[in-house]
Amino acid sequence: MATPTQTDAPAGTERPAPVAARTRRPPGTREQVRLLSGMAHLSLAVWALAVVLPLLFTFLGSFKNTEELFGDPFALPGELRWDNWARAWNTAHVGRYVLNSLVVVGFGVTGTMLLGSMAAYVLARYTFPGRKLVYYMFVSGLTFPVFLALVPLFFVVKNLGLLGTHTGLVLVYIAYSLPFTVFFLTAFFKTLPSEVAEAAVVDGCSHTRTFFQVMLPMAKPAVVSLTIFNVLGQWNQYLLPLVLLPGDAESKWVLPQGIASISTAAGNQADWGALFAALSISIIPVLVVYVIFQRQIQSGLTAGALK
Amino acid sequence: MRHGKYPFIAGFLAAPAILYLVFVIGPYAQAFQIALTNWRGVTAHADYVGLENFSRIFQDDLFWKAMRNHGEMLLAVPLLTIVLALFFAFLLNVAGKRRAGSSSGLPGSGFYRVVFFFPQVLSIAVVGVLFQVVYRPDESGVLNGILGWFGAEPVGFLTEPGVALWAIMGVMIWSGVGFYLVLFSAGMASIPKELYEAAELEGAGRVRVFFSITLPLLRNTVQVAWVYLGIGVLDGFALVQVLSVNNGGPDGATTVVGMQVWQNAFAYYKFGYASAMGVVLFFVVMSVTALTLRLTRREQLEY
Repeated sequence: MATPTQTDAPAGTERPAPVAARTRRPPGTREQVRLLSGMAHLSLAVWALAVVLPLLFTFLGSFKNTEELFGDPFALPGELRWDNWARAWNTAHVGRYVLNSLVVVGFGVTGTMLLGSMAAYVLARYTFPGRKLVYYMFVSGLTFPVFLALVPLFFVVKNLGLLGTHTGLVLVYIAYSLPFTVFFLTAFFKTLPSEVAEAAVVDGCSHTRTFFQVMLPMAKPAVVSLTIFNVLGQWNQYLLPLVLLPGDAESKWVLPQGIASISTAAGNQADWGALFAALSISIIPVLVVYVIFQRQIQSGLTAGALK
Repeated sequence: MRHGKYPFIAGFLAAPAILYLVFVIGPYAQAFQIALTNWRGVTAHADYVGLENFSRIFQDDLFWKAMRNHGEMLLAVPLLTIVLALFFAFLLNVAGKRRAGSSSGLPGSGFYRVVFFFPQVLSIAVVGVLFQVVYRPDESGVLNGILGWFGAEPVGFLTEPGVALWAIMGVMIWSGVGFYLVLFSAGMASIPKELYEAAELEGAGRVRVFFSITLPLLRNTVQVAWVYLGIGVLDGFALVQVLSVNNGGPDGATTVVGMQVWQNAFAYYKFGYASAMGVVLFFVVMSVTALTLRLTRREQLEY
């Protein structure tokens, strides 16, 4: 009597068939999977919203007047007030900051890539006394916090008469971008085959020409990644301009510095609409460039961490 | 072939090496020297005061507040960032429907990957200004606006001492998750598909797959992430300078060592003292990095 009731009861509910047990999930977990996947989608959507919401709010805010800006943050602006943008660009000098940033980053990254690849090439492919020492000297810069150098750096730049100049900032950007650039490119140049360079030399090519016309083009993928890495790093740099382009050099300020100062100088009677427009001006172009080159940018930025 | 090798080497190395010596190595070396003086920048000459700066640092209230803040951030920021990034990376790469034995991400992964990475391309200074708006203390702020829908009183995210540091850490996590998501995705892509297939055949669920396959094989990447986040947290200057009230306030609740270096140097002109603080920070960074590497060291898994 006891035997049939014991076997009958589970058979009616959800006893899995012995053969299917290994390949098919028992029916109960299917619901669970759906619930889990629903929660997965929800969590992704919530994070995406958390990322986009502040940006969207800023963009909407750039068209609002002060009254609207202190009202409901999710209300739409009454009209498209482009004059906020005009005031940000002209009165708040955002136009000038953008231009300054373009100049500094343009020269900074070009210089970094040129000098960095030259040093890395020599360190990777030539043997000479002191090679290891020079290499470790460059790479040691990766481990130091910039705050350690801050005070002496300020005086070095000041004593050279370069305080408050773009030249000073560009040279410092190059110097502080060298450790990672040299580290990364040295590793890359080491992986290139040596036959091509040897052939070029046999054909009477000088060392310099071999570098610029043969080896550098072969290193293109690494150079592209690092250029992206350095452009973003230098474009977004805040501490160095803050120290090296002090208050009396306001006409030389770069974008992050300018934006931060607009907001801190702001206070209560501030031109909030223009601040939001200024923020939008500094965010939107970067986002557009990012969306276009997102694959290269993501791999360029993460390549550093994986090396 | 050997002809002209040394002039070439010298020619290629001269410019980068000089630039680097003048602007990087020189200042770093000088910092250790200035740290032993009471130099205030007005005169060229400075008196050596030995280790006095260091003994003053260890009695400096704000310095200890900064260190305590770093401690809290070192516990919370790497942990939360890595957990979120791993979770999202798993959803976007592995958790989707499995077709013909290969697993892929949930639908829409491409879109999420692009969006989550957004904060990474923005300047920290710009992010700081952005979050001033998010954290506004009245209902015109984004967060307080949302809280208002639920009838909650507005919170002074940046002015309440107990909340301010979390508000700052929230921004660090907000901007970091996308980067580590991409980093972990790259790591996950290199895990052989056969391992997932085998797990599938054995009837392992997604949670089990994550803890038994994905996580152990990502160990090295997670370690790198932890070191990076630790170093980042020991900086934190730009965000605190732009976002916090009174440069690290209220009352030092959000200050960081970088902020103390900067203020002592360029607001109070205590250059010797600021350099000494930089030296302390240097040793802290070194110790934290070494400790992280030591604590997370384990035998490498071959696959």
